[in-house]
This record gives sequence, structure tokens and C-alpha cells, in this order.
Amino acid sequence: MRNVFREQLKLLKDMMIEMGALVEKAIALAIEALEKQDTSLAKKAVAFDAKIDQKEKDIEALCLKLLLQQQPVAKDLRTVSSALKMITDIERIGDQAADISEITLYLADTTYINRLEHIPKMAEATAKMVTESIDAFVKKDLDLAKAVIEYDDVVDDLFITVRRDLIELTRADGNNGEQAMDLLMVAKYFERIGDHAVNIAEWVVFSITGKHDKG
Amino acid sequence: MAPAGARQGKVMKKFEILNTDLWYNDFKALHSVSMDIEANQITAFIGPSGCGKSTLIKTLNRMNDLIEGCKVKGSILLDGEDIYGNIDVNLLRKRVGMVFQKPNPFPMSIYDNIAFGPRTHGVKSRYRLDEIVEKSLRDAAIWEETKDRLKKSALSLSGGQQQRLCIARALSVEPEVLLMDEPTSALDPISTAKIEDLVTELKEQYTVVIVTHNMQQATRISDKTAFFLLGEMVEYGDTQQVFSNPREKRCEDYITGRFG
Repeated sequence: MRNVFREQLKLLKDMMIEMGALVEKAIALAIEALEKQDTSLAKKAVAFDAKIDQKEKDIEALCLKLLLQQQPVAKDLRTVSSALKMITDIERIGDQAADISEITLYLADTTYINRLEHIPKMAEATAKMVTESIDAFVKKDLDLAKAVIEYDDVVDDLFITVRRDLIELTRADGNNGEQAMDLLMVAKYFERIGDHAVNIAEWVVFSITGKHDKG
Repeated sequence: MAPAGARQGKVMKKFEILNTDLWYNDFKALHSVSMDIEANQITAFIGPSGCGKSTLIKTLNRMNDLIEGCKVKGSILLDGEDIYGNIDVNLLRKRVGMVFQKPNPFPMSIYDNIAFGPRTHGVKSRYRLDEIVEKSLRDAAIWEETKDRLKKSALSLSGGQQQRLCIARALSVEPEVLLMDEPTSALDPISTAKIEDLVTELKEQYTVVIVTHNMQQATRISDKTAFFLLGEMVEYGDTQQVFSNPREKRCEDYITGRFG
């Protein structure tokens, strides 16, 4: 029954997976460009954001079509309304990955004041959060969504570590201050990406349970 | 006269349906239904054909008495009084009016359609009847369209107008409850919208119970929704809860169209 509707819901889930994969790629490009101080890669990462924006528009259009044509109720209504909320956060992650690459371009000709150790870990952790939150949405996996929300603590701890290291480096040599500020910005963007992934996971919880608890 | 719920300014039970079973000869059409219907609220009954929703609505003013072989067990209280006990059925049907799926005006003038009930209940004064006719037609949002043709046959009205006339006729005896069995299923969208607006206004003064196959209609106008399946009341709750987060899988499967 309602075969067209079933197919459209399947399409929505596929598009959400695609948008998630784009954001994962954006994070990977941003961190690779930062680590290698690769300006062409960084430019590619900045340009990549347009693809994510387009995917957001496509999903938004599909959700509005579903609401208009199918008048979904119950779990279907929650799936469509959650997707509409989730893509806003996913799109913001794309912006922040682009913002990181803008800083990468600015830092391209400098020598890093220390070996990048914890920032790549933040990239890895946030990419995992994004991927798993969308997996949880598609598979309606409540435990996985809750695990994503918990995992934000890992990202927050890494941010505190990065911040502490940068303060130490600045204290040791005032000349490190300028770059320390930029690297702190990068770390802060990753920390925000983690927060957006938490928001996504909270909407996944809503789509499954009907309850939206802001952490 | 305002119903008891409005007088006390709080939500109260208009009907209490307690462990009610119903048989049509050997066929059991309702299985131990228990629910409260709140005063001054719109309660929608939904469910697939043959689920018992129309049967249940008809028990509320004992329309089922007219069906041979129909047997009711359990009790249904109206303001605390068992309507299957020792009561005057005519008085019950005055208190609990009904509007059907197909408009069924009497083959007489618009005026006489509305005056019929009050006359039956002993109103003779021409002045008083004029008053009742105008008020009923106004309350049913059809006064402006009919005030200049009250002596014309009710059958000359359009389908949507006829249905509002039937609502006016139900209101003419000042009922406390209005039962509506798919009142808009034979109407076009504009007439449907008028009836829906009307029902929403009527709940100020009346308790409304509506059977509908149109789930968007249930979500638009009702405060409470009950889902029935195979003679059983499966889920009953606030309409928004039922349509956004139903508790019962069978209810979810039905309203999302995954049934069968």
C-alpha cells in the first residue's frame, strides 16, 4: 500500500546517507589539507561546500513534497520532520569544514608550532559522530543515536587538551600566539561540528521515540 | 441551556462507556469497549470499514434499538445515568442528536424541517418556533442562504446546504450531544470546510462525536481520537498524540496506510 510514498521515503533516506557521506568527505578534505598544508586541497575543500548546500536544498524540496502530497502521520511524520531539522545541522557542518580550510589557506606558508596530534583526532571523532548519527536515522537505531550523543564528551576532552597545549606554547614563546589563535579556531570549529552531530542525533531520537530532549 | 461541562468550566465526562459488548444476532460487533467521552470536546472515531465505529456511535442514542437482533451488554452512562436503563428513549434522542452520512431532509419546507422536532416536543407558539428556526439555522451557518426561502422545499437545496440543514434540524431541539456519522463524506471540499468550521464552533455549546474515514479531517477538527479494529477499541487519546506518536502498532499501521 502507498507504494509511491514508500519509495519517496526510501529516496529520502538514501539522500540523507548521501549528504552524510558528503560531509564526511568535507571533514576528511579539511583535515588532510590542514595536515599537509596543501593549498589546492584546501581550495577544493572550500568549494566542496556548494555540493552540500545543493543536497540540503534537494532534501528540503523532497520533504516539502512529501508533506504536501502524502500528509504523513505518526512515525512517517516524525521521519520527515526530523530530516528537515537534521539537514540544517548537517549543512552547518559543511560550512565549518569550509571555514577550517579558509584558515588552512592562511596558515599554508607558516611552520606549525607543534605537531598536529589532537586536532586530527577531533576530525576523526566528529566524522564518526556524523556518520553514525545518520546511520542511526536510517536504521532507526536508538542505541546508536544515544551513543553519538555520549561520544561528544570525547570531542570536548580533545578540545580542552588542544587548548591547554596552545596556552603552554604561547606562554613559552609569545611569538607562537598568532598561530595558536588560528589553531584554537580550528579546534573550536571541530568542537562545534561535534555539537551539530549531537543535534542531529537528538532529532534521530525524536524520529524514533517522539520525544525531543535537548541535552 | 449550556451543558453541564460548560457550566462548571472544566472538562468532564459526558458519556462513560463501560465494558460494552454488542451483538447483531450471532455476530459480535463490539468487544468490551470502555471509554469516556468528554463534554465540549470533539471526539473522532476512526478505523477501517466494519470496525464497529458506526455501531458504537449509534449505541449512544440507542439508534441500534431499531435493528432487529441487536443486543447490548454493559452500560453507557450519560451524565452518570445508564441510557440502557429505565429511561425515556425519545428524551434521550432529544438530548443526543444525530446527523448521518447522506443528508436526509424531510420532503417539506426548510422551515418545517427545523420546526418538526420542537413541534413534536410540544412547542406550539408561532413566535417561539420562528425564534428556534432562526437560531438553529444561524448556528448551523446556513441562515443567510435560506432566510429568504424558508417556505421553499428543503429538497431544492444543494447537498452541502442540505447537510447543514440537517445539522440545524438536529440543533433545533437543543441537544447536549451531537453524533455525526461521516457527515461530510458525500460533500465537496467547500461544503466539507464549512461543516468542519461549524463543528469546531459547535463544541463551545455541544459535545460532538464524529465518525470519519478522512483522517486529515480527524486531525483537523477533533480533540480526541479513538481507533477501532474488529469491534475492539485499540487506542484512544489526544488527537495529536494518536497521529504523531501512536502507542499501538495496529493504530500506527492503519493511520500510516500500512494496513493489511
